[in-house]
Amino acid sequence: MTTQQTLITSPNLPHHDDVYEVLINAHAGLSDQQSSQLNAKLILVLANHIGCKDILSEAIALAAAKA
Amino acid sequence: MSFDGIPVYKEKTYKKSGELSGAVAKKHDFIVVGSGPIGLAAALAMARKGHEVIIVTAFDFVPAGSKGICYSKEALDIFDQLGVGERIVDKGVIWNVGKVFWGESTDPVYQFDMLPVKDQKNPGFVNIQQYYVEDYLVDALEQMDNVDIRWGHKVSGIDARDDGATLTITTRDGDYLLETDYVIACDGSKSTVRDLMGLDFEGRIFEDSFLIADVMFKQNRPSERWFWFDPPFNKGRTALLHKQPDDIWRLDFQLGWEVDREQAIKPENVAPFIKGLLGADIEYEEDWMSIYTFQCRRMAKFVHGRVIFAGDAAHQVSPFGARGANSGLPDIQNLAWKLDMILRGQAPQSLLESYNQERTQGADENILNSTRSTDFITPKSEVSTVFRDAVLELAGEHDFARPLVNSGRLSAPTPYHVSALSTADEDEFTQGPKPGHVCVDAPIVLDGKDTWLLDSLGDGFTVLHFGDYPPQPNIKTLILPAKGLASERYGAGTSYLVRPDKIVAARWTEAKPRDIENAYMRAIGKQELTS
Repeated sequence: MTTQQTLITSPNLPHHDDVYEVLINAHAGLSDQQSSQLNAKLILVLANHIGCKDILSEAIALAAAKA
Repeated sequence: MSFDGIPVYKEKTYKKSGELSGAVAKKHDFIVVGSGPIGLAAALAMARKGHEVIIVTAFDFVPAGSKGICYSKEALDIFDQLGVGERIVDKGVIWNVGKVFWGESTDPVYQFDMLPVKDQKNPGFVNIQQYYVEDYLVDALEQMDNVDIRWGHKVSGIDARDDGATLTITTRDGDYLLETDYVIACDGSKSTVRDLMGLDFEGRIFEDSFLIADVMFKQNRPSERWFWFDPPFNKGRTALLHKQPDDIWRLDFQLGWEVDREQAIKPENVAPFIKGLLGADIEYEEDWMSIYTFQCRRMAKFVHGRVIFAGDAAHQVSPFGARGANSGLPDIQNLAWKLDMILRGQAPQSLLESYNQERTQGADENILNSTRSTDFITPKSEVSTVFRDAVLELAGEHDFARPLVNSGRLSAPTPYHVSALSTADEDEFTQGPKPGHVCVDAPIVLDGKDTWLLDSLGDGFTVLHFGDYPPQPNIKTLILPAKGLASERYGAGTSYLVRPDKIVAARWTEAKPRDIENAYMRAIGKQELTS
């Protein structure tokens, strides 16, 4: 995929409001269980798309960090 | 003082109409219905173009209550063209920065600038009570001898036909009829004209209510928009703080759907919110309290034969983003030059359809943005709350999450991506406003004087050229040097055909007069010249 091997943490998503809306709408009418399932599948799809263990490890660490 | 529960800012004088005193009724070119900011702006725009203007309004006063307080740069540019902009900016509180807080933290998770492009005449936003705006517009109208504001004259019937309309007007002295070619209906979200014509108004209702507490206190705080998600003084909900002139501050609290409006507005129930936000020892006076709910919706069409709808009568949004009056004013900016040219016989009546095409697009963009903001601010499901809180948590630490924080996407000009009046680019452009977009401002020097590009465009069509070799079409041309900030913003050597509403109709890197004249014909709804 990308040649960059570090996680991008600056804004990099054009049309972010469109994307956010699609994401929320995908969950409409789902139970909590179904929503978790959707999120899990989505992460796996995106992980495959990113295709880089280092970037994914960095992303997982970022998401897991306590604020 | 109040009238039917509506507080009064300034009384106006009802006068018995001439029609009821035996004067011969004549047919008018158009009637403006409504004396809110949009109706008054419509009247002023048309009056300044030399037309005889009648406004009918059920009120015989300018209502009090701060109501819509945020006026965008685009709105201020329009007020400038109406001759009231500087008075509004002088009185108002200028702000460009918005801050978003989450939970207990006093550090913002996100901050934005409403005027990313500097060196423009008007600021990103000005806060001012709506009654000042209305009062200034009324002042300007009262100075004109071609304006007749009929205070206390209520529309109670309409016979809308293909060739015009007959309005029934109800007054304390009786009813009379007004014959008119066109009606400009700016009579607000509960539009009487819309109801009388039985027209649709479809959209989404949001089940939430909000408390506005406008209070007066003296404290040095920055002129910024502060927004809280889940603050300690309104757990699980939101709050907003805005500065207004006269040491008045707008405080806005989400209350939830199940709320006893009469109870919620009582001073003893409002106080905990105010003290929670401002501190327990704050001394304040109540100025205006109100509970509001909202809907996001619009009419399917804004033009129904000879009846034209504008402002809240045609479209309504949630208040997050200040897209109410700020989208009604561009309606008028769009409509006024078209109706003017139609009434003068310079453009075909079909030009009105472009008002519908362009402004319904504007309304859709505003509804989309305000709906998304509302969904972010008041999530409708558990998972939506989880995502919202994840965004807020990440935004504190990481740049990438900050643009996702949606506390209201504040009103910005809505481009006309599709317009029968625009001519698509044939030349390559790397900068400058595209066809269908509003012109960007810049400081310029004209005849040795410092001024602003937008102020120099005038009230008609203008060709803007940046360089020494202007094309010479049969249209007023403003020539600016190829060097300088304005040229950097538009491109050296380029030419733009700008509409009276300051929207780009067409642009060229090497313009030929013939192309400009063709683009002009298209922009006024006429057939192009045959080559």
